[in-house]
Amino acid sequence: MTDTNPSHQAISPSDRRALAAGELAKRFALPLVIVALVILNAAVTNNFLSTNTMWNILLHVSTTTLVAIGMTLVIATGGIDLSVGAVMALSAVFCTFLLDYPVVVILAGTMLFCALFGLLNGVVISYIGVQPIIATLALMIAGRGIAQVITDGYLVTFTHPAFEALGKGKWWSIPVPVIVMFIVAILVYIVVRYMTFGRYVEAVGDNEQAANLAGINVRKIKLAVYVLSAVFASLAGMIETARLAAADATRIGELIEMDAIAAVVVGGTLMSGGKPRIWGTVLGAILMGLITATFNMNNIPYSYSLVIKAFIIVAAIYLQRENR
Amino acid sequence: MKSVANPQSGGIRRTAGAFLQKQGALVALILLVIFASIRYDAFLTSVNILNILKQNSMIGMVAIGMTFVILMRGIDLSVGSLLALGGILAAMLSPYGLAAALIVPVAVTALLGGVNGLIIAKMKIEPFIVTLAMMIGVRGVVYAVTKEKTRTIDDSLTDFFVTMGNGTFIGIPVPVWIFLIILAAAAFVLRFTRFGRNVYAIGGNEDATHLMGIRVDRMKIAVYTLSGALSGFTGIVLAGRLGGAAQPVAGDMWELDAIAAVVIGGTLLVGGRGNVVGTFIGVMLLGIILNIINLQGTLDSWWQPVIRGTFLLLIVIVQAQLIKRKQEQRRI
Repeated sequence: MTDTNPSHQAISPSDRRALAAGELAKRFALPLVIVALVILNAAVTNNFLSTNTMWNILLHVSTTTLVAIGMTLVIATGGIDLSVGAVMALSAVFCTFLLDYPVVVILAGTMLFCALFGLLNGVVISYIGVQPIIATLALMIAGRGIAQVITDGYLVTFTHPAFEALGKGKWWSIPVPVIVMFIVAILVYIVVRYMTFGRYVEAVGDNEQAANLAGINVRKIKLAVYVLSAVFASLAGMIETARLAAADATRIGELIEMDAIAAVVVGGTLMSGGKPRIWGTVLGAILMGLITATFNMNNIPYSYSLVIKAFIIVAAIYLQRENR
Repeated sequence: MKSVANPQSGGIRRTAGAFLQKQGALVALILLVIFASIRYDAFLTSVNILNILKQNSMIGMVAIGMTFVILMRGIDLSVGSLLALGGILAAMLSPYGLAAALIVPVAVTALLGGVNGLIIAKMKIEPFIVTLAMMIGVRGVVYAVTKEKTRTIDDSLTDFFVTMGNGTFIGIPVPVWIFLIILAAAAFVLRFTRFGRNVYAIGGNEDATHLMGIRVDRMKIAVYTLSGALSGFTGIVLAGRLGGAAQPVAGDMWELDAIAAVVIGGTLLVGGRGNVVGTFIGVMLLGIILNIINLQGTLDSWWQPVIRGTFLLLIVIVQAQLIKRKQEQRRI
């Protein structure tokens, strides 16, 4: 992008270089922190530098990342989706009903079913005008309840090797969930970067009224992001269910909404809406996973990693503050 | 005559709409109480009513702090974690005397609430994120300090705390007294003091309030401090209610219940409108729904969140419709 802002061009070259350096630092801060953490781990942690460990860390963050990608789109429009964990529970329960059918049917059917809940969120938020946090909170409370009512709170176990491969399988040495995560990230990135939908999402997040006046169907865009968020959550739910070979309505996706929101904001998407930063979100999720792994592999209690994460969230937001 | 009659009927409808928006939760509460008293003999007994009040007094106290925060267009996700911290600190400090066990936890959680407010006001970061980080961080500290095990209050003080959480005074449970006193104080502050008016003013229009010379930053810090202090204190009462056992998982998800109660009570998330009496009604509504499910006895406990969530959704949809209608009227 060329800089046509006159006030910027008046800045002396040396200042400009400093500005550019600051901009670079901001842009690459997240990858740099990740690289630094990997180097630190390589020195400190036993058995860290093996491909197995790397894939394991990515495997652990894959479902959070999937959910966080949908959350990125929602947050980019200035909304929020607290219901993702509940949608994962619904997806886990629903996919067990479809186990007699081919895997494609299981995937498509469950995603379609969960899309309905995203549609409900979207309609309540964009057509009725309820605040996103409270509308999705209602589904967060009720959705998991529905899943528990259906299973009576029990774990539903099953055997279905083809479906289980979605969570347990490996392609060469890469776990399938990691592949799914990257495919989704790439697809969403292409849509956001090169298609009008991405521009519309950003426009709605920047200024909803202006977007409306510019002829963008704001309601439809908002509806779409909540549906997408539910679809990605359902995919994440199926992956975890396949990995466990069991649908656990009570525990699946618990608190994932908070992890996903944290990944999104650490990744640089503004809570007030604006540009959706898909790779920022992916890196944000990986950073959080890396911190957890660092603590786990060094036998430091999990609780300390929560404290570090809290600091990272605030620090990341503070550093990105000037982007507005 | 016609031209006079029409605005009048419109006026009545408008007043009804405004009444519903303000008192919709009250109407729902009355209807629910009537329904429950007719259907269940055990409902309208003093034992049952006092039980409902007692069970919901803790979430009620947290929700009062949340009301202040939401009135100022903020949100506080850290209340549950601060509640756990308050209880744990009280248990850990109980060997050093009553004053230490009561004052220090509240002071610490108030301070952490103040940190929330400070970061929100000075660094201009969204309340959602700041308090989310506080929620995660404080929960981590609580787990780390307790090694995820329950801490019990020292024997010398067990009686005092158990009375605070479980005792009765003139036939009414002590926590209910505490809740009602805090509620009355909060209602008074919001209605009759400059502090309360400033809360509404900032929620209504922050920039204008700032231009009027009100120290918005200070107010924000004060309100988040208040929310933190109330959460910490609630943690102490809750530990007392559980026989002196402070649990590191205490208050998990309470922030969401509190937000739900505040919103059902008619306080708008966009700030500036609502009050703590509405919050009381919201808390009671959610509590009575739970009570009805228990009295029914045949419903699986899994139905409880389904009914609560659906109920929350219905209430906010009605609210949104009423607000939309009001805005359209204003435009005309």
